[in-house]
Amino acid sequence: MNNKELPNHLKYLEDNLNKMARTRMLYSVISIAAIILILATGTYVAEESNAGSFVRGIDNFFDYPIALFAKTFDAGFSWFGYVLDYVPDLLYTFNMALFSTIVGAILALILSVFASGNLIKNKTIVWTARRIMDICRAFPELVLAITLLYLLGRSPIPAVIAIIIHTAGALGKLFSEAIENADNKQIEGLESVGSSWLSRIRFGVLPQVMPILLSYGLLRAEINVRASTILGFVGAGGIGEQLNTLIQWNFGAKITAVMFLLILTITLLDYFSTFTRQKLIGGSFIIPKDK
Amino acid sequence: MDKVSKEFLEKHSDVINIKFSKYLRSFFYLFLIISYSIFAFYSLGFNKLTDQFKPDFAAKLIQDSYSYKDHINTKWSDTSDVTISYEGGAFTKYDPKDFPEWFLSDTNKHSVIFNNQGIIDIFKDRIEMKGFGDEEEKKLLLTFKLLNGKPTVEGYTFDDPKLPKWIRVTENKVEVRPSLFERLQVYSEKIEIHRFQFGWKYFFFDFASPFNKYSSSELFLLFFSSNRLDPEISNARFMFNEFLSNEQWFHGLVFSSLRDTIFMAVIGTLFATIFGLLLAFLAAINITPFNFVRFFIRRFFDSLRGIDFLIWSLIFLRAFGPGLYTGILAIAFTDTGTLGKIMSEAIENIEKNQNEGVESTGATRNQQHRFGIIPQILPVFVSQSLYYFESNTRSAVILGAMGAGGIGLLFLDSIMTGANFENVAYMSILILIVVFLMDTFSQWLRRKLIGNVFVAIVK
Repeated sequence: MNNKELPNHLKYLEDNLNKMARTRMLYSVISIAAIILILATGTYVAEESNAGSFVRGIDNFFDYPIALFAKTFDAGFSWFGYVLDYVPDLLYTFNMALFSTIVGAILALILSVFASGNLIKNKTIVWTARRIMDICRAFPELVLAITLLYLLGRSPIPAVIAIIIHTAGALGKLFSEAIENADNKQIEGLESVGSSWLSRIRFGVLPQVMPILLSYGLLRAEINVRASTILGFVGAGGIGEQLNTLIQWNFGAKITAVMFLLILTITLLDYFSTFTRQKLIGGSFIIPKDK
Repeated sequence: MDKVSKEFLEKHSDVINIKFSKYLRSFFYLFLIISYSIFAFYSLGFNKLTDQFKPDFAAKLIQDSYSYKDHINTKWSDTSDVTISYEGGAFTKYDPKDFPEWFLSDTNKHSVIFNNQGIIDIFKDRIEMKGFGDEEEKKLLLTFKLLNGKPTVEGYTFDDPKLPKWIRVTENKVEVRPSLFERLQVYSEKIEIHRFQFGWKYFFFDFASPFNKYSSSELFLLFFSSNRLDPEISNARFMFNEFLSNEQWFHGLVFSSLRDTIFMAVIGTLFATIFGLLLAFLAAINITPFNFVRFFIRRFFDSLRGIDFLIWSLIFLRAFGPGLYTGILAIAFTDTGTLGKIMSEAIENIEKNQNEGVESTGATRNQQHRFGIIPQILPVFVSQSLYYFESNTRSAVILGAMGAGGIGLLFLDSIMTGANFENVAYMSILILIVVFLMDTFSQWLRRKLIGNVFVAIVK
């Protein structure tokens, strides 16, 4: 299009638009270049520091799964017996995860009420509660669990405590975001009829946010099952510890039995939580922030 | 009751008269949760927690994390020959010509002066100790001697009730521990004194480093000075090398492990994002018309996600050995599944209006995708990738401990040796800082790129 034909203000607009488009283009090019650079250096560093090279690894990639399946096939029908053998360990791990999710969620709820600016007017309390949650969240469960395992000895308790702390922080942050996004009109309405602080939370906030909180809790339960399996590897017991022993002794058929149980549980939990979540909050996971 | 309020009551009866069964149901759920919690509390063994917990052991480890100790060792056969070593290490013995200032040598005795002004004197045939414990006990002068080849406290019988509580006399040993910061052990052969001090000693330069004798201001001047300590390299370079090769704190190893962990998280998430996005277009119903392709890709996502990163890491560990690839691929595989699923749902949920609007201006199909679809899914795409990046920083630490390497493995190793708890504390602080920085960085980037959009975490 010829610029001379355009009226003055449109020409100005187009110039600006072109300028913005150029800047945008520049940004895109820079970020793509940065990503390529990171990938290149990363693979270089990985190639340097890894015990084996990538190409050799790709060659061996299917060896282990194939060996496992061959042993499973050799085991024949007794494999199903192995699967049943490890169900109690799975329940043990599941017990750890469920208990720590419940306790963690209760702690998270308490913390999140104090970390929500629309319920607590005192800024110091809000700030402190948020920092407490940040610290709880920042520690990977494993780091906490290993330290506690060392102090308390081998038992599920250190793992449970570690998961509780992490859950309280992680869920607390999400809970407080959900509470802060709740509609303030209902709280104000309750305030206008002279209701107490606790009943404002009970009747003004909780009914609004309960479905979101529950779906977050379900997701967390799913994550915690994975976490407690992993913590079993470092000595918390349960199916993780069994898997670790089996891998060290290289019992092929039993390894696949445990892996099958794990994948089955995780997949079932995944479908269950997606299904319940859809019932609770209508399937959408994107909640636009109005503020 | 007048008519209006009666009508009102009838109209809102579901709010005002909540059915009893509804109450009952919520109480039932509450009862279930509480009774399960009680069951779990006992089945996990929380009631036995106090039996397992060893407060002394825990106190010792926690003290080790913030303090260091010097060992003063000597033998009854020749008490004039004293060795002082940092943390009792064989390679960290102080030079006899250059003993610390709290150790005084006289013609007939050596004195160790503690931070609480207490003094332990080592004589040829006895050890005298004064100024420890509470106000009353500080006045006591305790003398330890060998009697018939057995260590004893002079003037007190074996398990004398008048002895201070912090002295334990057994058959072959007298153990004196007035507080966490002083300790004396007298055996029939040797004498060992532990002098604890607050802080992380030799944090910057290790025991053998030539920089130890300088104060911080001198070091600062030395850093820029052209007067080379080592003629081969500049002082700054020398200092840097000494810092990284610290034998007590292993800074070089710790930093390279941290770098590995960060790389694992960054590269793993990047790969997952790229492949997840590409495959998501194939799995979206409004982009891909072929049903079997969609079905195949969806099941592929499900299986990637369902096989947890723990199991992926075990498989990769066999193929690639311990190292970065194991971590990168485990993260990339798991998250390709999750991110792909989320992206494909986001693509399916887009508003058609924008696409039609772009179409009405006469745009081609590619332009419709570019200006109609991409701007809509970009916020979801960016925020989800960044959320996953955040959680993958933690996952990378965990993967490391599972055998992939990085700071996780180093942390696990150093805690399992159980000797140097200060290193454990140092590493956990570093992990905390890195995780915190990564979180802040990703939050900043998210806000910068997509503004204040609140997107729930799905993982």
